[in-house]
Amino acid sequence: MNVNYLSSLLAVVVLGLVAYVGAGIAGLQGVFGIFIPYLAVVIFIAGFVNRVMGWAKSPVPFRIPTTCGQQQSLDWIKQNKIENPSNLFGVIARMFLEIVLFRSLFKNTRTEIVGDRLSYKWVVWLWLFAIMFHYSFLAVVVRHLRFFLDPVPFLVKFLEQIDGILQVGLPGVYISGITLLVGAILLLLRRILIPKVNYISRAADYFPLLLIIGIALTGLTMRYFTKVDVVKIKELTMGLATFHSGVPEGGLGGLFFVHLFLVCILVVYIPFSKLMHMGGVFLSPTRNLANNSRMKRHINPWNPKVKFHTYDEYEDDFREKMIEAGLPVEKE
Amino acid sequence: MVDILKPEEMYNSIDYTIPSDRWEAVPTDLSGGKFCYPAKKKNQDYLGLVTRDEWSPADEDWKLPDNWEQIIYEGFKDRLEKYRSLKIFMDICVRCGACADKCHFFIGSGDPKNMPVLRAELLRSVYRKDFTTAGKILGSIAGARKMTPTVIKEWFSYFYQCSECRRCSVYCPYGIDTAEITMMGRELLSLLGLNINWIIEPVANCFRTGNHLGIQPHAFKEMIDFFCDDIEEITGIKINPSFNRKGAEILFITPSGDAFADPGTYTMMGYLMLFEHIGLDYTLSTYASEGGNFGLFTSSEVMKRLNGKMYAEAKRLGVKWILGGECGHMWRVINQYMETMNGPADFMEVPVNPITGTRFDNAASTKMVHIAEFTADLIKNNKLKLDPSRNDKFKVTYHDSCNPARGMGLLDEPRYVLKGVCNNFYEMPENTIKEQTFCCGSGSGLNTEEIMDLRMRGGLPRANAVKHVHDKHGVNMLACICAIDRAALPPLMDYWVPEVGVSGIHELVGNALVMDGEIERTTDLRFEPLNEEEE
Repeated sequence: MNVNYLSSLLAVVVLGLVAYVGAGIAGLQGVFGIFIPYLAVVIFIAGFVNRVMGWAKSPVPFRIPTTCGQQQSLDWIKQNKIENPSNLFGVIARMFLEIVLFRSLFKNTRTEIVGDRLSYKWVVWLWLFAIMFHYSFLAVVVRHLRFFLDPVPFLVKFLEQIDGILQVGLPGVYISGITLLVGAILLLLRRILIPKVNYISRAADYFPLLLIIGIALTGLTMRYFTKVDVVKIKELTMGLATFHSGVPEGGLGGLFFVHLFLVCILVVYIPFSKLMHMGGVFLSPTRNLANNSRMKRHINPWNPKVKFHTYDEYEDDFREKMIEAGLPVEKE
Repeated sequence: MVDILKPEEMYNSIDYTIPSDRWEAVPTDLSGGKFCYPAKKKNQDYLGLVTRDEWSPADEDWKLPDNWEQIIYEGFKDRLEKYRSLKIFMDICVRCGACADKCHFFIGSGDPKNMPVLRAELLRSVYRKDFTTAGKILGSIAGARKMTPTVIKEWFSYFYQCSECRRCSVYCPYGIDTAEITMMGRELLSLLGLNINWIIEPVANCFRTGNHLGIQPHAFKEMIDFFCDDIEEITGIKINPSFNRKGAEILFITPSGDAFADPGTYTMMGYLMLFEHIGLDYTLSTYASEGGNFGLFTSSEVMKRLNGKMYAEAKRLGVKWILGGECGHMWRVINQYMETMNGPADFMEVPVNPITGTRFDNAASTKMVHIAEFTADLIKNNKLKLDPSRNDKFKVTYHDSCNPARGMGLLDEPRYVLKGVCNNFYEMPENTIKEQTFCCGSGSGLNTEEIMDLRMRGGLPRANAVKHVHDKHGVNMLACICAIDRAALPPLMDYWVPEVGVSGIHELVGNALVMDGEIERTTDLRFEPLNEEEE
């Protein structure tokens, strides 16, 4: 039992209840369906921009890439142009692999003591769970664009086709919805069950995972079990997107508002939390710089003036001894 | 030396069981043998750093100045404004745990606060409290923690249990670099005068005499002359290197450890023989007689102050470019900091190897070339007569030093040189070399006797990989390109893998080099017989 995940779980349940009671029972559908979503988006944009600007405001005084391969050196020595880039092209390739394929995470190993040897085995699980989770999330977000765009763009429809390729169930099962839930649960279980990971985990690690699990569960329930009225939802969401918002006649079910409210909470939470890694990963100086500071001078905008110990001071200190040892001096 | 456990006892004592208390509640062990001795006041004074009266980390009350909280707060704020790296690394860690078992100090000690993620959380928790909205409002729920003297003690302990090797940053999906965190932590501690003497004394020495060991100019020359006598005895060739000579083409700078302590001295002999053999127009400097830079382990300002001598001396002597010896952190400084701090180096020329004509375009701006690049170029162009069989008694493996590997990417050049000068070369397992290399356990100024237990634990992953190739291939020589390694690896090998020696690569070059007019060699540079059978 751990207070970190119990408190996070409690927070998510309470938030869900707030929406259920507020919109479903007390009928504050305008508040939960219109006001809060707008507010969330405003906070998200302002918070996100503020955070990124805050990072950008601090300079990068030194060129400190972590080099993970052979440097550019003599012509006949093969450079690792991606893991140790020396130009922009290489940096772009490195960042692409990092952001799109989680390159560094893919290198993960597990250290174990086996008899009198330490062993470092390649382990793929964290990478696999992370890829599954993030890409499912992306697919789910893109699919939801259908609610905010009319006509629905080709790309969204195309993704839906691929996502629904299994062609089972009615409505057809989208793979990404399931894998998002499974991915989030696996990441959560990892945090709960692996002692090391458990020890480093905070409420701030459990909360977003549980929040996303809550979002996925309510979403899947609406699609596959309670068969929510999608036309009505689209009426609401299109209203939001086109700034002609209004609650559809007859209102919507409480579960929908739980789903929407948890999404709003997530959106608001992003700029103030570790979820900003989605922006920060682009700006990390150990990854997004070329290892070329011997080829090209890098400027530190605050390069301090410091007190050096000059050669003259040095010679003044040791002149006698230098002369005696036959070392050349500036002043005899 | 402090008494420490026997190797088997230490090995068996490693326990990865997680404590039942939250890490915030686990007190820091600052009993004897668990901390580095604090800086002496005279050394801090000499450098104009914040000084402290004599104190010991074992003291209950550290007698911090009255306004210490404000000093730390303002120091932290200042660094957040100066370093994007710090801001980002404070904000975006998701605590995925990929770094947790990548740290040699964690692997060897099992102490969870040596997991890079927790080392950073030591700083991050305070950052949240002082600089984030969520931390200010939600406090400990948001992972925020108030700064207390206990936290300062914890910082002192754990920021001096990190060797800034950057191995964790290889695996981090966001490239979070604990070296940056540790550097900032140490800078903040320094604002309260909390330095360690093993770092500050070399820094003070270097500032005054030009090198960490405090060797004065005449003594520096004497030592080099002494090596030349040895070289003459072994090869029959008398070498007369020049010192502080104006108009030389190249200034050669190497860590002063190479001039002072075995086995670095043999590497120094190797350099001198190589330069003599190819007729290089070079000079040594007594003023810039230190390649290393313990300022890197103190603060960016101190690093700049020490590093400034290299360009200043190059300018005074009017050399065309600088050649740098085998050293680890020295090359982090040269590759990633030097020209930014003390450039532009526009008074020199793009380095060209005078023997082969190769232009070192990768050093076009700093004008400083690594000796491994230089020698690899010589071997590739067949400019050296080499007899690798003189190294036949050695079965060699190569230890990538952290900084040239992860702060530069100098991986293949030293291997090419080694394969050129010895016949028996074996790599250690893949996950322990190149960018995944393990620290010697004593880097970043931790090469001090009083923490021998920690050093042997931190060096275990490296030693264990050496043991692997020792058992499998009979490896008996660990070659490296770092002066701290040459000081730290011999006791590490003695402890974990006693039959393995340590050398720089240019010692092996010196052994194999067939110099013009040399007598028949009977010993290697250590005055030991060339072949064991002849003993």
